[in-house]
Amino acid sequence: MPQVVIDRSRCKGCELCFKVCPKKLLRRSSQLSARGIYPCEASDPTACIGCLQCVLVCPDVAITVEDDTDDEQPTRK
Amino acid sequence: MKYQPPHALQPVSTHYCAGCGHGVAHRLICEVIDELGIRERVLAVAPVGCAVLAYDYWNFDVTEAAHGRAPAVATGMKRCNPDKLVFTYQGDGDLAAIGAGEIVNAANRGELISVFFINNANYGMTGGQMAPTTLLGQKTTTSPAGRVARREGWPMKVVEMLTQLDGVAFAARCALHTPKHIRDAKRAIHTAFVTQMQEAGFAIVELLAACPVGWGVTPIQAIELVEQQMIPVYPLGVFKQASSPVSLPS
Repeated sequence: MPQVVIDRSRCKGCELCFKVCPKKLLRRSSQLSARGIYPCEASDPTACIGCLQCVLVCPDVAITVEDDTDDEQPTRK
Repeated sequence: MKYQPPHALQPVSTHYCAGCGHGVAHRLICEVIDELGIRERVLAVAPVGCAVLAYDYWNFDVTEAAHGRAPAVATGMKRCNPDKLVFTYQGDGDLAAIGAGEIVNAANRGELISVFFINNANYGMTGGQMAPTTLLGQKTTTSPAGRVARREGWPMKVVEMLTQLDGVAFAARCALHTPKHIRDAKRAIHTAFVTQMQEAGFAIVELLAACPVGWGVTPIQAIELVEQQMIPVYPLGVFKQASSPVSLPS
């Protein structure tokens, strides 16, 4: 199952990923990060379908998508 | 792992503002370098502008050129090291304003370099002043009432201008605001490197990028402005492809 993982320390809170997620999983966290902004968080990381739209638009490479089923085969975007 | 950041990109946080297009451009270039397996062969020239610190973010050799002189520095690097792949990464203030002479002459000589040109319609680093690429009517700190053609001229269409030169083998304009456009931009960056590997000539890819802070809007509003205001002025597409057919990644 794909799972979206967000690096809170790298997210700058631009929120560009919110719009592109087809499952609308991404939202603003209620916890401030060390940067002093509200970073992105996934409401249900396991509901991710692994489309990588959020990865494409993220300017800060703060989002990675893990998939335990095919560890050796990175999917071409 | 379904997605891993490219090895050519250092695992560090950048100094760019939230929603800035530079981060996407950096990542796409690094992904293409990884896919082509050319990280050990690549030499880059960073500009003066927001991307002046690009050498902190790229995991390959990068040098820094004086403002606008990246194509001249890259010319020397490529002629001394013909087996290396040399690219410049320049903003609109660097390439279209002070460096206009360098880019036109490097393109006219058909230098075997690739140029990635970030067009965000203002001088981002110094606080959002008017650039040659600023849109008509766009308010900047040096055009507070909006740019007027009669006074400051029209937005400069660099790719269309360079397309006329015989030394140019590949010229394209892409945008970095939606997943589809980002995929297209990655294909164009791939083709620019392949053009250089085939020694077909000079390659330039213009990337329309959002500058939320320079434009005084939110990141979401900024990508909408790219779609609604920049693309009508700067049409997207491949303007010239003189190299032999290249296989694009699907």
